[in-house]
Amino acid sequence: MAEDRARFEYLLRLGDNSLILGHRLSEMLGNAPALEEEMALVNVALDLIGQARLFLGYAGELEGAGRDEDALAYRRDVLDYRCALIVELPNGDFAHAIGRLFLISAFDFELYGALRESADRRLAAIAEKSLKEVTYHLRHAGEWVIRLGDGTEESHRRMQKALEDLWMYTGELFTPDALDEAMREAGIAPDLARLREGWDRRVDAVLREATLTRPAEGWMQSGGKDGRMHTEHLGYILAEMQFLQRAYPDARAW
Amino acid sequence: MYTQGLDGKIGPVREAETAEEKEREARFQARIDAEERIEPNDWMPEGYRRTLIRQISQHAHSEIVGMLPEGNWVTRAPTLRRKAILLAKIQDEAGHGLYLYSACETLGVERAELVEQLLAGKAKYSSIFNYPTLTWADVGMIGWLVDGAAIMNQVPLQRCSYGPYARAMVRICKEESFHQRQGYEIVMTLAQGTPEQRRMAQESLDRWWWPALMMFGPPDSDSVHTAQSMKWKIKRVTNDELRQKFVDVTVPQAERLGLRIPDPQLRWNPERGHYDFGPVPWDEFWRVIAGEGPCNRERLEQRRRAHEEGRWVREAALAHAEKRRLRDRAA
Ligand SMILES: [Fe+2]
Ligand SMILES: [Fe+2]
Repeated sequence: MAEDRARFEYLLRLGDNSLILGHRLSEMLGNAPALEEEMALVNVALDLIGQARLFLGYAGELEGAGRDEDALAYRRDVLDYRCALIVELPNGDFAHAIGRLFLISAFDFELYGALRESADRRLAAIAEKSLKEVTYHLRHAGEWVIRLGDGTEESHRRMQKALEDLWMYTGELFTPDALDEAMREAGIAPDLARLREGWDRRVDAVLREATLTRPAEGWMQSGGKDGRMHTEHLGYILAEMQFLQRAYPDARAW
Repeated sequence: MYTQGLDGKIGPVREAETAEEKEREARFQARIDAEERIEPNDWMPEGYRRTLIRQISQHAHSEIVGMLPEGNWVTRAPTLRRKAILLAKIQDEAGHGLYLYSACETLGVERAELVEQLLAGKAKYSSIFNYPTLTWADVGMIGWLVDGAAIMNQVPLQRCSYGPYARAMVRICKEESFHQRQGYEIVMTLAQGTPEQRRMAQESLDRWWWPALMMFGPPDSDSVHTAQSMKWKIKRVTNDELRQKFVDVTVPQAERLGLRIPDPQLRWNPERGHYDFGPVPWDEFWRVIAGEGPCNRERLEQRRRAHEEGRWVREAALAHAEKRRLRDRAA
């Protein structure tokens, strides 16, 4: 029972990351630099919302309190969200938006790859499906990082700046807390520290090709995945996303 | 829909003069009459080519601008399932736009040139996308009515005499019927929901009904190039015929939903075997076409802003591709 509760919490982290990142990418609609890119980003957003539905749907079943994917997405406030801080940040310019997608996709690529071996077979199956999608997201975003880094002077400057801005939000992804440890011990989730090697290798290779400098390791922000302290942005995301469900609480179907 | 035939002007076209030219035009018309498909490398009269460029580019622009009113609700979709469906639909529309721009390029114009015309405010797109989406019901209404009207318009275009356009329509129509169904489903859910949801659905229908009827373009009596387009089989059914068909199909659907169509003159006419309906407010239509609809400025502004803000990105992509090319050559 306690184990179900922990798994529920862990699945919220996965689901909330996909949901909030998908939300941010869907904001790019009508704002992308080219039509093809608009289509690509909408496609990524669609994948992420699909992942969120699977993770949250499963979370709701484990919790056993009658909450489905929508109850979890639309009826929790900031205090109960469990996404990493990095997904909450505003898109910023295209370098920032695509840089964020790159850094997270590189993490998800490692994570889902490892989760395929999870003792929780349902989670493993979701990871398997998501890995295919994330492989594409990683390649797409990585190619942009290279183009922008090794493009014009302006694009190089913007891409480097985006990396500097985002870097302090990457540490949270890899720093295990008690829940991560418990999941690892139960054979459900991998050792986060070990994901780091693959992530470093992959990110460094892209940065090198992009002629970008890896930002110095400094203080890392945290507080999203454990819900200790989210960014101010999350409240606005939820206010917008949850508007209809909040404004029409009597509605039973949409 | 998307092919309202909004602007009669395609520029001066030189008439066939010599016997040889007249003969060539007659042969072309004979092919059309024999239901042959015209392909990009075939000879075609300049007027035919320009009419198609105008129609297909307006159609493409409509798909692209049409992403905006629905995009307005993506971040606020009421359930994750609805959000996913809406994203998929909008992605389809972007695909339609790209596909149609390619069809247009087979006629010898560059997409960049067409997009420039749109952003400069010189090109037209369907008037319907200059109306705002104020409530979630509007997303359903767009699917049900706007995509419904699009299907009505595009099904005959599958038999258009110009091959690339006809083939584009076959592919697009399949997706439009999914769009129409999801829209109808949204409206049905609202219509069967709480009193507040029902009100939302009715209010939305009240706002969208007449603009939806305007999607088929001006009445045949005012439609400048219908006759020539029909002769060339670019167009197979007239604006008024399509509009009538749309009304006939949609009224029973509204009845099933328990929604009232905002037209006091609407009634079944057993003699005609069609619904009679009240006069379409054409002055509003012409105002919207002239750029004074509720959202004309905003729609174009948004497209322009994205285009401007994306300039450094596109430049970087080009610069990178050039560096690559030079490196590959050096290697
Ligand atoms: Fe479309
Ligand atoms: Fe559509």
